[in-house]
Amino acid sequence: MFYREAGDFSTTYRQDNQTFPIKFDRYRYYAVLAVAFLVVPFIVNDYWVNAILVPFLIYSIAAIGLNILTGYCGQVSLGTGGFMAVGAYACYKLMTGFPDVNIIIHIILAGGITAAVGTLFGLPSLRIKGFYLAVATLAAQFFLVWMFNKVSWFYNYSASGQINAPERTVFGVPVTGAQVEPWAMYMICLVFTFACAVIARNLTRGTLGRSWMAIRDMDIAAEIIGVNPLKAKLTAFAISSFFVGISGALFFAVYLGAVEVGEVYGIQKSFIVLFMIIIGGLGSIFGSFAGAALLVVLPVFLKLLGVDLLGWPTDIVAHINLVVVGLLIILFLVLEPHGLAQLWRVAKEKLRLWPFPH
Amino acid sequence: MKLKLTTAALAALMAAGPAMADLVFPSLSYRTGPYASGGIPFADGYADYFTLLNERDGGIGGVMARVLECETGYNTEKGVECYESTKGEGSLVYQPLSTGITYQLIPKATADDIPIHSMGYGRTSAKNGDVFSHVFNYPANYWDGASGAINYLLESNGGDISGKKVALVYHNSAYGKEPIRTLEELSAKHGFELLPLAVDHPGQEQKSQWLQIRRERPDFVLMWGWGVMNQVAIQEAANIRFPMENFIGIWWSGSENDVLPAGDAANGYKALTFHGVGSDFPVFDDIQKYVVDAGKAAGAGDQIGTVLYNRGLYAAMLAAEAAKKAQEIHGTADITAAMMRDGMEALEITEAKMAELGLPNFGPTFTVSCANHGGDALVGVTQWDASAGTWSLISDFKPTDQDVINALIQEDSAAYAAENNIGSNCN
Repeated sequence: MFYREAGDFSTTYRQDNQTFPIKFDRYRYYAVLAVAFLVVPFIVNDYWVNAILVPFLIYSIAAIGLNILTGYCGQVSLGTGGFMAVGAYACYKLMTGFPDVNIIIHIILAGGITAAVGTLFGLPSLRIKGFYLAVATLAAQFFLVWMFNKVSWFYNYSASGQINAPERTVFGVPVTGAQVEPWAMYMICLVFTFACAVIARNLTRGTLGRSWMAIRDMDIAAEIIGVNPLKAKLTAFAISSFFVGISGALFFAVYLGAVEVGEVYGIQKSFIVLFMIIIGGLGSIFGSFAGAALLVVLPVFLKLLGVDLLGWPTDIVAHINLVVVGLLIILFLVLEPHGLAQLWRVAKEKLRLWPFPH
Repeated sequence: MKLKLTTAALAALMAAGPAMADLVFPSLSYRTGPYASGGIPFADGYADYFTLLNERDGGIGGVMARVLECETGYNTEKGVECYESTKGEGSLVYQPLSTGITYQLIPKATADDIPIHSMGYGRTSAKNGDVFSHVFNYPANYWDGASGAINYLLESNGGDISGKKVALVYHNSAYGKEPIRTLEELSAKHGFELLPLAVDHPGQEQKSQWLQIRRERPDFVLMWGWGVMNQVAIQEAANIRFPMENFIGIWWSGSENDVLPAGDAANGYKALTFHGVGSDFPVFDDIQKYVVDAGKAAGAGDQIGTVLYNRGLYAAMLAAEAAKKAQEIHGTADITAAMMRDGMEALEITEAKMAELGLPNFGPTFTVSCANHGGDALVGVTQWDASAGTWSLISDFKPTDQDVINALIQEDSAAYAAENNIGSNCN
């Protein structure tokens, strides 16, 4: 009834190619943006920002990055944690080395450095595929974490091996360090997430995204029709790592403030981002958000339900959380391999026909 | 459905609205994950002591204590979530039992005016209260531990260990790296050779490190481990037949969980400590009577008297004493986190006070002041007796090399102050 193309006429090619061709979708998208930018910053408190919103936004960027590589280009990567660490340490070295430069530039540069490192580790993907590539990226994960622990230059020779984010401001408002207001923390993450999502969405709709998908669906056929696998795979690694690097930098500088590489950017992180895109939906930007939201909110929700409401012991609830996440992954792999995004797609199809399903 | 919703909403309301004012002691515990073997007894001891105070004395100064437990899994992200979710409840002091989470909370808690007590862990230079206004690490810190271990070796080797080789097996994290700088200074001072060997999280794989120990033949091995790493290290040491009496762990590497898996082979293993071991103290009778027999013991109730349970108990005791001090200073029973900070800064633990609490000679005596948030840095040594299955204190709480340590603390805290633009707090 409301959700249909009928009556929505495109008069230019530009209109015909827009991201949300259905009017209802488009207005919903504007409404979400308006709420996120204009309403949420005024009502958030410390708890919401630190426990839910900021981790959700940052993990969304990481999931978008990994989704480009794994969901769109079909290259399985278990090195996300390591690449996030590159972003974090690059950001730290830039922040402490050039204190006068704006933090936003540092975060973008950190993404660029991660892109270079990611491309380097993407080189083997030209020769190896599937499981073997997963193992190669796993090696990247362990090597990078080991390196950041071993080489003390990366943590400015501090005794503990920790990196701490000094205070930096954007337009005079601190966004890192101890004195950050919750809304400032939220806003900087939101701006980066918004920009990343728009860029990723448009990249995946264009030539580059199509060549990635061609490689994913069948690399030999793609090569025959003229897709350059070298270019497609390496750009996927570079762009994916760029996003992952930005998320790593934000995770360190804005969210945690102090980081120990083995603990924060360990193999655990690689898996959780992979779970996000599996549950959310491979090859979908919306899926990256949905997966990140689910895995960030689920533990908090279970804790509220189990510990605060029902009064269960904390360890039981922590274990239930693991069981639920495991179960979700199995169920999604078996029942809906395309994840939450596919459920959303099916729901939209149904909505289009509603209320006359025939 | 509607009924269900109403019930849920009602339950939430009841859970959210505390009936009366109470003193909230959050316990950021970890009963899950690779470090749970250490987290469980500590959390049990911490909770049981406050239960005892509530049941026996009717709380602290007439106000009931409430322990707010939040599971961190030794994970910094969950630690942040726990901190944010509990700080609004009027939390008085945070004890995260994790060096990583402590680092995380130092700036946050300082900004929120809530004290942190990182007892025997965390950032060592927080001892300098002039810079770290809200962080306390009495009665002893890692650098005291490093110096205490070396002092013990000096004492048992006739005051001379020059030319000897000391290996340090450490958890490759902020925690494990803490003692290295002190040990380097001490090695220059006493002329021993230091051999640091890193073990990566979680520490299940240590073959190569112990192979290196077998090859290099150090005279002594020190260990900075936690969780499963300890058990594996002691087992590996037994496998290469390293003499256990020359193997000394930090206080986090000296609990029953660490030595029991190696069986008789662990006999003679030593660990540092800053509190008493065993359950031979009057307070344990009260715990039996008021907590265990009343069915109010935390967790499974099977940890009472273990080393880490005692440490949790000791941490709770120090927190309760600081709260009493704060009530005394401010003349009100219902204290806030800021008042709690003042209480911690004025804390004084004497023999008489410990005896009064049913814990005679349980820990070192110390006083806290604005400039010194770390106490008097007295460190003891315990040894494991595998046949009896008990730890015993073989060297009493003795002073450590404060000349070396203070210089390092000044240097590190000055760097922190400069980095974060912190002025002097004590004038």
